[in-house]
Amino acid sequence: MIRVIVLIKQVPDPKVRARLKEDGTVDRERVRAVMNPYDRNALEEALRLKEVIGAKVIAISMGPLKAESVLREALAMGADEAILLSDPMLAGSDTLATSYALSKVIKMLGNYDLILCGMETTDGNTGQVGPEVAEHLGIPHVTYVEDFELRNGYLLVKRLIEGGYQWLKVRLPALLTITNTANEPRCSTFEGVIRALKKNVRRLSLEETGIEKGRVGLIGSPTRIKEVRRVNLRRRRYIIRKPSAKEAVEELLRELSSKGIKLVMNGG
Amino acid sequence: MVNKSGGVLVYAECKRRKLNRITLELLSAGRYLAGKLNSEVSAVLIGYKVRELAKELICYGADRAYVVDHQSFRYYVPLTYAKVIADLIISSEPEIVLFPADSIGRDLAPRVAAKLNTGLTADCIELDIGDYEDPISGRHYEKLLYQVRPAFSGDIIATIVVPERRPQMATVRPGSFDPLPRDLGREGEIVAIPVNLGGEGGVMEVIKVVEEESSTDLRDAKIIVSGGRGVGGPYGFKLLRELAKELGAKLGASRAAVEAGWISYSHQVGLTGQIVKPKIYIACGISGAIQHIVGIREAGVIIAINRDPDAPIFDYADYGIVGDLFEVIPALISKIKEVKCNK
Repeated sequence: MIRVIVLIKQVPDPKVRARLKEDGTVDRERVRAVMNPYDRNALEEALRLKEVIGAKVIAISMGPLKAESVLREALAMGADEAILLSDPMLAGSDTLATSYALSKVIKMLGNYDLILCGMETTDGNTGQVGPEVAEHLGIPHVTYVEDFELRNGYLLVKRLIEGGYQWLKVRLPALLTITNTANEPRCSTFEGVIRALKKNVRRLSLEETGIEKGRVGLIGSPTRIKEVRRVNLRRRRYIIRKPSAKEAVEELLRELSSKGIKLVMNGG
Repeated sequence: MVNKSGGVLVYAECKRRKLNRITLELLSAGRYLAGKLNSEVSAVLIGYKVRELAKELICYGADRAYVVDHQSFRYYVPLTYAKVIADLIISSEPEIVLFPADSIGRDLAPRVAAKLNTGLTADCIELDIGDYEDPISGRHYEKLLYQVRPAFSGDIIATIVVPERRPQMATVRPGSFDPLPRDLGREGEIVAIPVNLGGEGGVMEVIKVVEEESSTDLRDAKIIVSGGRGVGGPYGFKLLRELAKELGAKLGASRAAVEAGWISYSHQVGLTGQIVKPKIYIACGISGAIQHIVGIREAGVIIAINRDPDAPIFDYADYGIVGDLFEVIPALISKIKEVKCNK
């Protein structure tokens, strides 16, 4: 049976605007935590493989204990197993440390054929963890995957590039990062939620996975945040409301020209 | 004295026998940083039949151009490319390595960073050199790379540093730096790197590429007319195109409009598309997502047209018209025609 691992992250609800605490760090406490939306697309691809060829789907997350809720949701959507790597030593891990830790969990599990994750997370937006996990595991990866087909021992992968796409042939095992346009992720059903209640989220600590303490957390992360600031993007906000479009346009052009701004630059 | 190692390395890209604009931007960034470090800028170009572009890299700011020219590198694939770059970094020891934040750089850089066990910052929009005091160890570091990137959807800007490990690596958003003028008189060294495929070949290969022939470069546009979800469909973009034509402007779009399939990705403005700096930006039916606003933050004047008086775009605009764009834009077009006739 094909074994598919899906990497899932819990993120602050992307619909809520991030707040800064007084010390300049982002306030994660007051925002609801949800499954990274792009990871839903990755999970959806895995679940389709399960339906079509009977793949076994294993969801893995790294985060605080409360991240268990996104794994419960993954189980409710149809994942077969869920694993949470949680340890206070992991706090503050950057993408290198995170990808190292996740790769150790995957190595511990042993055999797998395919690893899927979202093309990035909505809190970090780096898209780095996927390719970095693949490098730690020494397997090929493809980012921005819109579609793929499983063939005999290899994958045919459609990858989005600027202004188009490409098809690649990739040997298994491989890691793919899935775009948010690849599919429409399913919702969990009532039956799914009930089924998930009967399942356990397996918790792993650093010791069980053989993760070196010096390679994770703030100490193991090469990057440091020097400074965080909010930029003021607000502008003049001269807002025109007129009953007719013609009047509005006339007022706009009058205002622009009073400020010496020329809309028609290449005219006479 | 200029340090041979310890400089800036730029990952160069080309398409149809021409260097990509982002490569010129990275060379410009590299020159700025190397000036502050009193070191050199190198560029590495990997591909097939790309040798003749090495001189161009020098014209645009490189002191040294490394070229890897082999048919097995005709298309980008991460494994083989990452090995070449990592080997080059190990042998030439740059302080800083810059990649474009595009579908290649964002794919390749993390692979290289993990190979070298170093840090990587994605999607930088500013780079600089400066000191850093580590709050935990109390250690003081001089001349680190300040990697400035938007965080949490855009209006929070973070400065990242990598104090201990080398090289310091970043992917850089297109449009963040202006290319230097092409200087045919610049001198530099061209180094051909011999190809050693090792065991990485054959694991993956590109079998087909489908790309638009022409892509739209909005980064030099003086005026941009841009459309969002409120444009409603390809028909609405026809109207915007008409306005753009009257103004001698280029056509842009929000991510929502591109994802709806109304217009191609090469028109996309914002952190997920192009960062633009026009004199005038006209946002039509664009709600004003932060990632879009950050991508136009250096525009001279922002004019918003939107039906919804509560649309966030009005907060970020210099001028706004609350109204139906299908009425406002035709009125604007006829007014512009009138102005032109009177001149």
